[in-house]
Amino acid sequence: MNGRPVFDGLNMDIPRGRVTAVMGPSGTGKTTLLRLITGQAIADSGTIRVDGEELGSLARAGLTRAGLYDLRRRMGMLFQNGALLTDLSVFENVAFPLREHTKLPERLIHQLVLVKLQAVGLRGAAGLMPAELSGGMSRRVALARAIVMDPAILIYDEPFVGLDPISMGVILRLIRRLNDALGLTSIVVSHDVQEISAVADLVYLLSGGKVVAHGTPQQLHSYPSEIVKQFMGGLADGPVPFHYPAPDYFGQLLDRNGDI
Amino acid sequence: MLKDQWSGLTESVVSLGATVRFLWRLLVHTPRALLRFDLIIEQIWNAGALSLVIVMLSGLFVGMVLGLQGFQLLQRFGSEDSLGTASAIGLLKELGPVITALLFAGRAGTALASELGLMRATDQLSAMEMMAVDPIQRVVVPRFLGGVIAMPLLAAIFSVIGLYGAQLIGVQIMGVDSGSFWSQMRASVNPVDINEGLVKSCAFGVTCSLIAVYEGYNADPTAEGVGRATTRTVVTSAVVTLFLDYLITAMFL
Repeated sequence: MNGRPVFDGLNMDIPRGRVTAVMGPSGTGKTTLLRLITGQAIADSGTIRVDGEELGSLARAGLTRAGLYDLRRRMGMLFQNGALLTDLSVFENVAFPLREHTKLPERLIHQLVLVKLQAVGLRGAAGLMPAELSGGMSRRVALARAIVMDPAILIYDEPFVGLDPISMGVILRLIRRLNDALGLTSIVVSHDVQEISAVADLVYLLSGGKVVAHGTPQQLHSYPSEIVKQFMGGLADGPVPFHYPAPDYFGQLLDRNGDI
Repeated sequence: MLKDQWSGLTESVVSLGATVRFLWRLLVHTPRALLRFDLIIEQIWNAGALSLVIVMLSGLFVGMVLGLQGFQLLQRFGSEDSLGTASAIGLLKELGPVITALLFAGRAGTALASELGLMRATDQLSAMEMMAVDPIQRVVVPRFLGGVIAMPLLAAIFSVIGLYGAQLIGVQIMGVDSGSFWSQMRASVNPVDINEGLVKSCAFGVTCSLIAVYEGYNADPTAEGVGRATTRTVVTSAVVTLFLDYLITAMFL
């Protein structure tokens, strides 16, 4: 990005049927990683294999939109803010992928949508518009929409940002329950250490474009590395410095011209 | 200074090229989008029916001014009976398409640009991409076609209401003879005049809708970016409309 590599020597293996968390300080490229996995961005080099298909080389060999869309039909993604279509009701938002990709009869769509809404506890909100929902409810509706096509992989981009403890608990429970009940492979990108420790089977900790540690949450809590300790303990200073690189402090304070 | 102007010029050329490429993408997706005509009807409603009141009101006032000014001018030459012809030609060839296009850019164009820009800013377009739904085909093309279809209809309504406004002032108030107002108009307005208006309103419909969806779809996903896209939609649409108006007028001479 801007001539600077985001990842360098990154190697990750995401096991089927498990909840894998990708963590790391802000700006470390977590969202870029998701964009690479979903084919929204194409890596300059290296290989990304999703469900047996090699994304990078497919793209370089001229991956067709149809091929990419075919792959995406096997994926569900929960965006940070839910990204619900604001002109459609909750029911229609969840029905949207079904209406676009299938020719199912209306009765069946009705049942499928209600089943998915029941799974996230929002069957009673089917008639509401997105503007009438709280942040946590929007994310649950988006989750129902993400699973309505029964994907094999479910990707969560920062699912806990800005949620109250109750909504956070609900989302945590849903991630675990949906993963186990539907036999999904879940990838959760987040920097909420406590929440991730409660839900993930495997954690990858990224920093500076590399994997600095990986293992179960328990293993990471006792990992013998300064950066991992700083991140897992939430310490303000450490290998990731508190101060953004700046010229000499006193020199700048005494500078009469006051140039910044 | 010179460097700034040069970079401004290069930017405009690049942006023109990008807009034409975007039009090509829209046209490629048009046949499949036409299969779902319900989505297009919805957008004709949004762009057309919701602009109807301002277009009708503006048409009435423009027609009334035309009646007043036309009467004053024609009276000097003792030919106030030609008021119908003058108003009809003015409205059909120029004022109808041009003013409707400017109103359309202000009302429907800004709504389109800000809606698409906000959809981009709130990840709705990315979410569609992730659901394997092409946002160009599902969202952009129906809005573009809705605008393209609505604009000539609005221009026609503008002209008809404008003519009524001119008649209201000229015949009802200034006392021009009703029979000569209409008969002179019918005798002197040729199909080519109507064609010119039609070609203009179709051309303006394509350009104003294209500029709106292009600016909205490519807006920076921030509050500032959406605001800028909306402003650019109005300014570019107005300038391009007036420029095209000159070209088409010259073409029909």
